[in-house]
Amino acid sequence: MKKFTALMLAMLMVMSLLAGCGSSKPAADASTIKIGMSGPLTGGAAVYGKAVEAGMKIAVEEINAKGGLKIEFQSQDDEHDGEKALNAYNNLKDWGMQFFAGAVTTAPCLSIAPTAVEDNIFMMTPSGSSDKIPMTGNNIFQMCFTDPNQGASAAELVAELNMAQNIGIIFDNSDDYSKGLMNGFKTKAAELGLNIVCETNFTADNKTDLSTQVTQCKDAGCDFVFLPFYATEASQVLTQAAKIGYEPTFFGCDGMDGVLTIEGFDKSLAEGLVLMTPFNPDAPETQDFVSKYQAMMNGETPNQFAADGYDVIYAIYDACVAAGVDGTTAPSDACEMLKTYFATNEFSGLTGSGMTWDEQGMISKIPAAVVIENGKYVALG
Amino acid sequence: MQILQYLINGISIGAVYAIIALGYTMVYGIAKMLNFAHGDIIMVGAYISFCVTNYLGLPAFVSVIAAMAVCTLLGILIEKLAYMPLRGTPSLAVLITAIGVSYFLQNGAQLIWGSAPKNFASIVPLKPVFLAGGELVITGEVIVTILASVLIMVGLTLFTTKTKIGKAMRAVSEDRAAAQLMGISVNNTISMTFAIGSALAAIAGVLLCSTVPTLQPTTGAMPGIRAFTAAVFGGIGSIPGAMLGGILLGIIETFSKAFISTQFSDAIVFSVLIIILLVKPAGLLGKQIQEKV
Amino acid sequence: MKKLLNNKNTRSNLVIYLVVTVFFLVMQGMNMGGMLTSSWKGFLVPICVYISLAVSLNLLVGICGELSLGHAGFMGIGAFAGIVVAALLQDAVALEPLRLFIAMIVGGVLAGAAGFLIGIPVLRLRGDYLAIVTLAFGEILKNIVGNLYVGLDAEGVHVSATSAKFTLLEGGKMILDGPVGATGIKKLATFPMGFVLVLITLFVVLNLVNSKEGRAIKAVRDNRIAAESVGINVTAFRMKAFVVSAFLAGMAGALFGLNYSSMAASKFNFNTSINILVFVVLGGMGNILGSVISATVLYVLPEALRSLEDYRMILYAVVLILVMLFTWSPRVKEFVSVVTDKISGIFKKKEVETNG
Repeated sequence: MKKFTALMLAMLMVMSLLAGCGSSKPAADASTIKIGMSGPLTGGAAVYGKAVEAGMKIAVEEINAKGGLKIEFQSQDDEHDGEKALNAYNNLKDWGMQFFAGAVTTAPCLSIAPTAVEDNIFMMTPSGSSDKIPMTGNNIFQMCFTDPNQGASAAELVAELNMAQNIGIIFDNSDDYSKGLMNGFKTKAAELGLNIVCETNFTADNKTDLSTQVTQCKDAGCDFVFLPFYATEASQVLTQAAKIGYEPTFFGCDGMDGVLTIEGFDKSLAEGLVLMTPFNPDAPETQDFVSKYQAMMNGETPNQFAADGYDVIYAIYDACVAAGVDGTTAPSDACEMLKTYFATNEFSGLTGSGMTWDEQGMISKIPAAVVIENGKYVALG
Repeated sequence: MQILQYLINGISIGAVYAIIALGYTMVYGIAKMLNFAHGDIIMVGAYISFCVTNYLGLPAFVSVIAAMAVCTLLGILIEKLAYMPLRGTPSLAVLITAIGVSYFLQNGAQLIWGSAPKNFASIVPLKPVFLAGGELVITGEVIVTILASVLIMVGLTLFTTKTKIGKAMRAVSEDRAAAQLMGISVNNTISMTFAIGSALAAIAGVLLCSTVPTLQPTTGAMPGIRAFTAAVFGGIGSIPGAMLGGILLGIIETFSKAFISTQFSDAIVFSVLIIILLVKPAGLLGKQIQEKV
Repeated sequence: MKKLLNNKNTRSNLVIYLVVTVFFLVMQGMNMGGMLTSSWKGFLVPICVYISLAVSLNLLVGICGELSLGHAGFMGIGAFAGIVVAALLQDAVALEPLRLFIAMIVGGVLAGAAGFLIGIPVLRLRGDYLAIVTLAFGEILKNIVGNLYVGLDAEGVHVSATSAKFTLLEGGKMILDGPVGATGIKKLATFPMGFVLVLITLFVVLNLVNSKEGRAIKAVRDNRIAAESVGINVTAFRMKAFVVSAFLAGMAGALFGLNYSSMAASKFNFNTSINILVFVVLGGMGNILGSVISATVLYVLPEALRSLEDYRMILYAVVLILVMLFTWSPRVKEFVSVVTDKISGIFKKKEVETNG
């Protein structure tokens, strides 16, 4: 039997060798630029990868329908894992990628970014928000807010509107995004003299049950709870709080966008929730995108991730058109041209207008906050 | 008062672990295999219940029955296709197959239901009970979960001691060859075990998601491992042991999160497990079997 | 010399070294000649790491018959120890391969120490209870490693288990940042070093297996009570196997950690342990060459399936189940043997062979 196993394994090996080496690069076509993306398309974080992928596909379809410079787009699964992310990136390179529009989550971004710097491939992450990502090199750009900046502006907003007496914080200790926001918030809150009375956390491994953390905030008498994490966990916190009759002001950041569209979630629990988000699916100027997204994703309402993905494709496309990059430009040359372009030009899209990037690739855009009233986003302040 | 609240929280999550662990223990005791796909059957059960209530608009009670029916069929199907051909081979071969089944179910669920997490509306209609002037809250889910776990434990104990099939199960668990000689169909008995275990998984899935509302393809994985731990804790193969193990695990987890460290709660839970196994190598209520040459 | 070559063990060992060396030379040659795609260049080091992990786990699972579900925990210790050591020696040791090797040794030693710790409960438990203890231990290791804060500044090295009071002086560098892990790692891992790691692993494991002790270990696996009754010290051998296996996993972990520019503790979870176990079981229990081949194939397989997009992982699951059925199921085996017998008589002999 051993022989048979060995034989079969060997056969599989040959097959995969062929699959790995056989893909030769097709000749570059001047009219088509190649944009690659990686994100978690399977596993626990797949929801973010899928949203970004769909947003990007919508942008690609729109652009290709316009005529002129076309885009060939490919997305690869990185399972929200640094090791797989690098494999995905290499796979895209073999395909002939000129621009890397990823990764979606922070850990894969940090794994890929140094390689992208070495290769001098232009990388713009739609949603990897750690400040460490753009700091890796000056060809690494960001579309979303940088965490500490967003945390700080959250604290400023709280102080300005006098929203809180006793502040509680629950954060995800295993998540760079959550910790970045929390640190930014705490530092600014200390400056502004805000009173933080309870600070508790969870990690990816024990986030199934958040009742302990909610109870801790309740016991500490918090009338305001800062929740710097994603919509899924937020829906748990809100449900848990409602169960034990705890009603402070909950405050979230851009990752919480999408809380209203979680299937099966009782929207009334989110009434009064304040969150900072650059993208408002209820605003008139986003309706075209929302309906296209819904058509593509079985009626789901897009969140900030999808909008960021959409914007990244347009930002790269606009820059390519303006700087004269086409399908035959070598990735490294294209990278230099785009860097020069973004140094002086601004971009307006779904997630804000007049966005600019500094020489590190860090974005500056105006933060906006909304409060949920009657199941809709209403601009705050 | 605070301690009591945490205790209630702990028992509540522990009771869910207990129900999952009961399924694990049943399958392990009789089929002698670690069914790592058990956690994913829980997830399938929760999805079925979610679909029946949300898409078909049927009452919660019906959704539980539907989930149990689908999971039972699924359990039998998996057993027949993936595990039965491997009967009599080393347990590791079956373990790896179970892992393959687990991957299959998770990825299949993503293809069917998508990756976006769904918020599972609690199927328990009971209002929470407020004690001590609102300082202590017992939610309806807690009451139902605890009741369900006790009922299931008693039911399973009666089933395995009083009914003919139950006795056959115990016979197969004790000595497969001897049971076969006594005219018991080992294959049917094991299929029956999988059917019961999977039906329990469906109930566990519904109750798990009623307590912790997030439902996604990976929902079952972590509670599955926890429940496996709980089953070993109590002595794998022992029905009251699984119950005790589940509840204790829930309490230890909640207390270590609340009073020691949220970061190190996993390390604490698993250290307690190791210490218990060092003192009682067959778990709390497990039988120490003398080995023969 | 002739006698040596006639020895069955020596011969099969030589085959293993030969296969590995040829694979290395071909790959390295293609790499130097620029014939490898970016994807394949990226696979080289992880393949070496996983071969080493699979072979070292095979020592436990296949040779000793102890099911271990926490191998990734040792890998994690090795990875983080390696990352910290490499960062601390950044200025002291200029030669990169040397720094990498020191990091690997330290990673191995620390993981070996953890293996010794786990060896203590192992002495009392067996079977599935042992499996659950290794699982628990792996989770504990991951949990602890994932909550370490290590930083370096002008004052020296700072280590803490909470982020609360952890501050570094101006210009200080965070090496490990708790659950977020290490970022900005200087990549040191190279394919030749991966080859060296595989050679070390093979040398250690094969020597242990073919030694007098190895035969004792196998006797213990096949019948513990009988082995004990002829005076084999079961405990000492099992302990030795655990420590050696953990040491090798630690070295592999260090190489793995230094192959990426960021590394989080969550990588070293139960799933990774299970993946390594899958390599071992599919390669054949106790079959070292099998582990080498299956680690390589199974690492590349999901990557080669990338073009299937959404159906990739589900297909991987199906392949896994089918391969298990084909290699183990008596009924399927029978069917296959009937078919192959008809095709040719070559396979006739195989039923006589014992599978191991």
